[in-house]
Amino acid sequence: MTGSLNLWLIPLVPFAGFLVNGLIGRKLPKAFVSAIALIATIIPFAQVVKIWFQFSGLTLPYLENHGTWIWTGNFNANFTLALDQLSMVMLLIVTGVGFLIHIYSVGYMAHEEGYWRFFAYLNLFMFFMLTLVLSENFLLMFVGWEGVGLASYLLIGFYFLKDSAVKAGMKAFVVNRIGDFGFLIALFLLVAHFGTLSFGAIFSAVAQHPEWQGGFLTAVALFLVLGATGKSAQIPLYVWLPDAMEGPTPVSALIHAATMVTAGVYMVARTHPIFERSPLALSTVAFIGAITCFFAATMGLVQTDIKRVLAYSTVSQLGYMFLGCGVAAYSAGIFHLVTHAFFKALLFLAAGSVIHSLGGEQDMRVMGGLRKKIPITFWTMTMAVFAICGFPPFAGFFSKDEILYQAFIWPHGGKILWFIGWVTAGLTSFYMFRLWYLTFLGESRAQTHELAEQGAAVHARSDSKLVVEAEHTHGVHESPWVMLGPLVILAILSVIGGFIGVPAAMGRHDEIGHFLEPVLGSVPHAAGESSGLELGLSAAAVAIGLLGLLVVHFMYKVKPELPGKLATQFRGLYSLLLNKYWVDEIYGAVIVTPLLLFSRYILKALFDRGVIDGAGFAAGMTAQGFGAIVQRVQSGNIRSYAGWLAVGAAVLLIAVYFGFTSHFPPQ
Amino acid sequence: MVPIYYYLILSAILFSIGVGAFLIKRNIISVFMSIELMLNAVNLTFVAFAHHWHQVSGQIFVFFVMVVAAAEAAVGLAIIIAIFRTRATLDVDRIDLMKL
Repeated sequence: MTGSLNLWLIPLVPFAGFLVNGLIGRKLPKAFVSAIALIATIIPFAQVVKIWFQFSGLTLPYLENHGTWIWTGNFNANFTLALDQLSMVMLLIVTGVGFLIHIYSVGYMAHEEGYWRFFAYLNLFMFFMLTLVLSENFLLMFVGWEGVGLASYLLIGFYFLKDSAVKAGMKAFVVNRIGDFGFLIALFLLVAHFGTLSFGAIFSAVAQHPEWQGGFLTAVALFLVLGATGKSAQIPLYVWLPDAMEGPTPVSALIHAATMVTAGVYMVARTHPIFERSPLALSTVAFIGAITCFFAATMGLVQTDIKRVLAYSTVSQLGYMFLGCGVAAYSAGIFHLVTHAFFKALLFLAAGSVIHSLGGEQDMRVMGGLRKKIPITFWTMTMAVFAICGFPPFAGFFSKDEILYQAFIWPHGGKILWFIGWVTAGLTSFYMFRLWYLTFLGESRAQTHELAEQGAAVHARSDSKLVVEAEHTHGVHESPWVMLGPLVILAILSVIGGFIGVPAAMGRHDEIGHFLEPVLGSVPHAAGESSGLELGLSAAAVAIGLLGLLVVHFMYKVKPELPGKLATQFRGLYSLLLNKYWVDEIYGAVIVTPLLLFSRYILKALFDRGVIDGAGFAAGMTAQGFGAIVQRVQSGNIRSYAGWLAVGAAVLLIAVYFGFTSHFPPQ
Repeated sequence: MVPIYYYLILSAILFSIGVGAFLIKRNIISVFMSIELMLNAVNLTFVAFAHHWHQVSGQIFVFFVMVVAAAEAAVGLAIIIAIFRTRATLDVDRIDLMKL
């Protein structure tokens, strides 16, 4: 090994950027703020790339200890950073995509208030995310885990004057707390059982005891899953992610699509030795993933807000990753995480470019015909749409097929999982091409549509007024190159990104799968006779994707009046989807309202006001009343004091004389 | 030789008169004089016991008490004069500024 890799620099440089921008950024010019933020992200990226080139020469996992954090009794936790293949992949994604999105933000946020605040939060997010990825124990990972939640909260509520943004931020935070509760319980169980939180120590202990199956490990795994469902927006805790679209679009791209929400997937992959021992927990992950990916896709079918479609799409794609992890194909899940980071970041950034070019408009019903006006955005977004729909040879094709194939050959209900995933692939294709047709093709509906005025008014609040006016003066226009550059790079990655994992059945070696093998273990793969199956499944997935495209073409191009007709004909189903199965309302009625009522009337009125305040009041009144009685002795009259003195002396004398005390016994 | 309890009884009587006067009298001067009376009653006991036990320390205590009483008289009378000047009264019941 040649020298230290200085892993600690990777998270700490963005943190320094956060400190500088957060503390004095308000007084600095915008160019300076963005320069600091970009430098603070390119240094980690450059270092990660440098490590990547040294990677083959390293002994893995490479550990770096930076002292003891907690040392109490038998338990200690260190500031230990670790580098292995899995964290290498995550580092490349987080720093690479993160850097691109930082560049994009320079253009996107150019006219916004609180420019410095935005970049400070973004750098803070990078710090916590890199801590999460690099940590060698659960506790440090939990720090990153909580920290990205904090950064997410701050950035969702970035337009803090807007009520809905503040509420969305709060919702994201509270829902994430529920998941974090599960994570914490899992940590407590691990400490109680192993006495340590180090990944290496726990996993080697598990490896040495093949007789440990299920039981305790199932409990740990299920609590970890609860944590993962919160962070990665899976059923039942996915409700925060669609609302999180209140944040600026680069935030949606970075945090709520490419990196933070994949933390749950990363965590499941990282702790897979525990999941391996618990078929129940694995099945839970798989079915949560499958059900989430299906339901989120159906909700995405009818949304009209361009970012909300992408939000549901993100939930759905995260469901695929969970499905992959749940069928023990962790590398497939991570592979999809990588490609998804490319094309979903691109989708969000391109959507941001559309929104930017329309001066803050997000409603797809008033878009249309943008293909000619913003060609670069159109073409890059087209790449992303093809990638997410899984058409070969785009990135999503390989990763999604890998997951579907692994699901198909999974012995415990794999066919059902595959079927759900397969149907979802069709739904994905439908909602993505619907977005594509509505946004870019056809004629512009901005003038004719009654919603134009209303929509613009709605979103004028989200962006600062200045932008809206400035943009509207010269109509629809392409975004500046500082925004288009990252789009183009991500588009290239979305096209070629899949080639890192082409399976053997298609003549390559599944490089990413083999790369991750030392950490995640090998996955059963098509060899020889079953490669036909793999190819068949791929063909089926592509077919259903094409079907989705054809249906969209028919509904939105050939017969544009058809969607409206269908919506009225299947009114119940349509409003069910449009209202997202009323899940928010159900959660509100079943959990939030009873909790609020309980807090307000039982805890606040009865317990807080009654018991606690009452006890304090009673203690005060008792002291005061007793004081009022004793106060009479303090008359201020010297002779009464003297009288009390004389009486006291007389009592003492009598006591002594009659031998009432043992100290003065009669001689 | 006069038995010791004669002195003690006399001393007790003097002390009781002092206490009684202290409680009854309202004039500060009278209160002050009753304090002196109590002190001297105690002095009498000291001297009587010193004589009885042939111990000189009792008599030395008496000197101490006298010195302290003299100092107290000086300070006390000064305070009384100050009070009389400011409040034009010597009635202890009306000097109750410290009352709650």
